[in-house]
Amino acid sequence: MSHSAKLVTRYTAPERVNHWFVTITFVMLAFSGLALFHPAFFFLTNLFGGGPWTRILHPFIGVVMFVSFMAFALRMLKYNHITPADKQWLARLPDIVRNHDDNLPEIGKYNIGQKYLFWTLIITIVLLLISGIVIWQPYFAPKFSIDMVRLAVLVHAFAAFVAIASIMVHVSAAIWVKGSVRAMTRGTVTAAWARHHHGQWYKEIAKGSGK
Amino acid sequence: MSMQSLDIQRRSATTTPSPDARQTLEVAKLIDVSKCIGCKACQSACMEWNDLRDEVGSNAGIYDNPRDLSDQSWTVMRFSEVEVQQGKLEWLIRKDGCMHCADPGCLKACPSPGAIVQYSNGIVDFHEENCIGCGYCITGCPFNVPRISQKDNKAYKCTLCSDRVAVGQEPACVKTCPTGAIVFGSKEDMIDHAQERIADLKERGYDNAGLYDPQGVGGTHVMYVLQHADQPELYHGLPKDPHISPMVGLWKGIAKPLMSFGLGLVALAGFFHYIKVGPKEVPEDEETES
Repeated sequence: MSHSAKLVTRYTAPERVNHWFVTITFVMLAFSGLALFHPAFFFLTNLFGGGPWTRILHPFIGVVMFVSFMAFALRMLKYNHITPADKQWLARLPDIVRNHDDNLPEIGKYNIGQKYLFWTLIITIVLLLISGIVIWQPYFAPKFSIDMVRLAVLVHAFAAFVAIASIMVHVSAAIWVKGSVRAMTRGTVTAAWARHHHGQWYKEIAKGSGK
Repeated sequence: MSMQSLDIQRRSATTTPSPDARQTLEVAKLIDVSKCIGCKACQSACMEWNDLRDEVGSNAGIYDNPRDLSDQSWTVMRFSEVEVQQGKLEWLIRKDGCMHCADPGCLKACPSPGAIVQYSNGIVDFHEENCIGCGYCITGCPFNVPRISQKDNKAYKCTLCSDRVAVGQEPACVKTCPTGAIVFGSKEDMIDHAQERIADLKERGYDNAGLYDPQGVGGTHVMYVLQHADQPELYHGLPKDPHISPMVGLWKGIAKPLMSFGLGLVALAGFFHYIKVGPKEVPEDEETES
């Protein structure tokens, strides 16, 4: 039965390493950032060695995440252009969230939700880097005008909110859609999974591999 | 630093009430600019009492020395040469430093619990042992007062000699001022005293003399008597209507609780969606196909 199911490769080892490197840095940033955003989360500073260490580490981790995220985004760029099939798929969203997947239009490697996530993260992470540099104590913040810094803290908070909320949806979707997590842990998905969720992508790789 | 741990009316990054059992008298320092001779005795007294020694700077061709507030200079005399009336030069000397706002922007912006407190007497004090050096207090301050030390990355500013006031003494600058330009007492008394001074100044031809106790920040616990209260900007850019920046207000006022709540909602929505509709699995018949 399905134990002998045919597998197709979705992510190479370098892609998986890159993804999880971004994951680790993102989670560290979300925890250290939230710690300094609302007192309800201040206890998270303990994970980083206290308040001052949280303040010191956060921006450096941020730069590392920016670089690794952009490297990952570059790998994924060509699969994330929105197509007419994506729009038709989106129109069926109410059915999709209820697990009624009959007769969905066939789509490429990513669905439109994943593509929106891709572009949302690019925009928010660029905003986070720029605004983060403006408020980076003690190195850069003193070099900017006070109104620039005030704008930057606001932009940083809003961009982080959107990015964290988006990642929460990303994680929820990965848990919800069975057979997805293994794509990023083991690199493969079943052929049936690929056909069902990304029919067009499956056809392309099936053709490519001569089957 | 505080000995007044029971007199705290507000504490940074804290959502529950602070120990506020004791009610102390609301105090204020009144600086009468018209009486100031710019001798800088207050600067010296501040250094002396607080054991601060700024680096010896260089002469920049003006009387301001040091040039700016710093972690070692919590008060600085600002010298402005202005001509309010054509041909009548006035030398306005303002003692700059923390205004101890009733609604302190620094405290609102501070993310570290207890790094900034406001005592029931109105003094806003930094507790540097809790400071994480993020600089948010600078972002929140409408008067450009807090300074982060390059040595220890902690924020410093005038404490209004909270240690002296706690034991019934006036701040060091008040004690030392040779002309009586700086006085200290209950906020009520200081306002009364200011009114007398203003009436006197008006008699001498300063029609626009007035009290600087800006209501945009809820009033301050350091107030000025100004000869030209209609133009506070003349006094080295003292803001006419200071208030916490709307960007800081949005960030720490609405965004902080709303976005934290929003993230909680997103997490719950994901969880309950799964509980309601269950996992999305590839149908059995599709799995066996091909």
